[in-house]
Amino acid sequence: MIPLNWLIALSAIVFCIGVVGVLVRRNALVIFMSVELMLNAANLAFVSFASHMKSLDGQVFVFFVMTVAAAEVAIGLAIIVHLFRLRETVFVDEIHLLKG
Amino acid sequence: MLAELWSNPAVQTLTWALVKVLIILHAMLGVVSYLIFAERKICGHIQARVGPNRVGPFGLLQPIADVLKLLFKEEFIPAGANKVVFHIAPILAVFPAIVTFSVIPMGPPPMFVVTDINVGLLLFLAMSSLGVYGITLGGWASNNKYALLGGLRSSAQMISYELAMGLSTIPVLLASSTMSLVGIVQAQAGAYKVGTIAGFDLFLPNWGIFHWYLVLPFVIFLITAFAETNRAPFDLPEAEGELVAGFHTEYSSMKWALFFLGEYMNMLVISAIAITLFLGGYHGPGLGIGGGGFWDPGPAWMGLVWFMVKLGAFMFFFIWVRWTYPRLRYDQLMNFGWKVLLPAAIVNVLLAGVWIFLKGPRA
Amino acid sequence: MIPLFLGFAAMLVITSLMVVLHKNPVTSALFLVLSFSSLAGIYLLLHAEFLGMVQIVVYAGAIMVLFLFVIMYLNLQHDVETGVQIAVRRGIGWLAGAVLLLAGATLLRRGWALGPANEMLPDEASGNVAAIGKVLYSRYLFPFEITSILLLVAMIGVIIIAKGRARSAGETT
Repeated sequence: MIPLNWLIALSAIVFCIGVVGVLVRRNALVIFMSVELMLNAANLAFVSFASHMKSLDGQVFVFFVMTVAAAEVAIGLAIIVHLFRLRETVFVDEIHLLKG
Repeated sequence: MLAELWSNPAVQTLTWALVKVLIILHAMLGVVSYLIFAERKICGHIQARVGPNRVGPFGLLQPIADVLKLLFKEEFIPAGANKVVFHIAPILAVFPAIVTFSVIPMGPPPMFVVTDINVGLLLFLAMSSLGVYGITLGGWASNNKYALLGGLRSSAQMISYELAMGLSTIPVLLASSTMSLVGIVQAQAGAYKVGTIAGFDLFLPNWGIFHWYLVLPFVIFLITAFAETNRAPFDLPEAEGELVAGFHTEYSSMKWALFFLGEYMNMLVISAIAITLFLGGYHGPGLGIGGGGFWDPGPAWMGLVWFMVKLGAFMFFFIWVRWTYPRLRYDQLMNFGWKVLLPAAIVNVLLAGVWIFLKGPRA
Repeated sequence: MIPLFLGFAAMLVITSLMVVLHKNPVTSALFLVLSFSSLAGIYLLLHAEFLGMVQIVVYAGAIMVLFLFVIMYLNLQHDVETGVQIAVRRGIGWLAGAVLLLAGATLLRRGWALGPANEMLPDEASGNVAAIGKVLYSRYLFPFEITSILLLVAMIGVIIIAKGRARSAGETT
């Protein structure tokens, strides 16, 4: 049995790496990938709790998270492609029309 | 020390699994090289000529000559190509096919299957999803317009037909109530009574295709198998004469050989899965060998023999179709995948579900 | 079991780091595929076989293919990251990540709570408010503080968005 602490620590580390990715990178696609990393870290936490409490609720929830993530990626990528067509760039700091 | 290591059951399972993996790997590599030779011979005969027959008796040493030639060819990498991805793309094309072999039962378990995981069918679908990468990345990493076009076309085709393939395996799941491939084959054992004609009971083997609700899924699975392996009539991605050579334009020598090998390995694996799901896997009449009646299953190795016979028949069918049908145009291809196959698969899931709910899976 | 888990975990962390650090978006995407596969391996170790396989089918096999399609379609090259502003922002980003990691490590050490666990409710005489106050400021202090930061961020965002354009609207495209 893998200790729960280790699994949660792993999930936290991957989540922090995702956060760093969102904050540090300028490329919208890489930011999106880091968001997926964060979602997966949360999935890992769900599955490890499900395995330790011997309950399947965590796994069912992960199933729904995956579905939602797939839909989100599809729409997000469509938005990025459209933005690229208008602005010729995927770097988020060059898209500042709404800047106050 | 070895004795006490051997007494650990985990070590035993692992060692047996490794031995089986090595056997399967070497056997399949040998089969694939002679499969290429068989294709050229059969293609020749279909086209009213004799295939290669110079090297060795009846041309049987041709694959060896081919391998030697490929080994000695110069290997060059196009300028501007992404070197890392260029090198790993052929590996990615071969790896999913080989991994799927580990869950296919080639004979009665536990000896003839490397591992029996309880989501075997899902592993096959996962590996076929991963198969998109090799060709797409190979096309992209070559820094070549035609290769990129071929790669993108191929991945669009593969992900479109993957859906219909997955859906067409669902009636099989409904009929056998298990995702484990060994379980699916075991659910196809024996025979079931179809009816009575003139006082004689008519029995049909319990294989998948002899149930009416699995005939259409079988046809859909076959068609999508052609699309997934980029074989004719769906071979636009590697169309000679249309896209130069498609996604493997810039590949030479062993890397190209790996792509080629990957395609034939994919063919083998998809046929093996089709046999497992729809054609009864390793089941076949024992022919009275090893005692027992004519129709009783014989000794365990008869299962392996029947599996190989069915696999050979499938390979012949693949090669036959390639040299008989013309190529589909890209828009015809996508049209067919999305507008014809996908609705057909969905409708069939509905029909099969209703039938099994009312009558049970063995009727 | 444990060495296998450590191997998958190491691969997960290393590939995630490479996703964030590498300049070429295609390589980042491929490293992400690898990290999803190692995560699927961890799921298999946790007896979630269905989820492991679905992870490969959905994430590694479909979502990442979408990503690669878009990256190839947009023909993205290496990211160019020069300039003082970008370096400053990057430094702040890494700092924020380090602070988050430190907070996580602290919580891990303390068993994910600050303060002792309250096994039974306090006596009825002190009332519900005192009871919740006792628990909120001892055991659940960390989520409480984080929530206050969340509200602060929301406030700042609202003020900025509602302030409207200070300059006249010059760019219209």
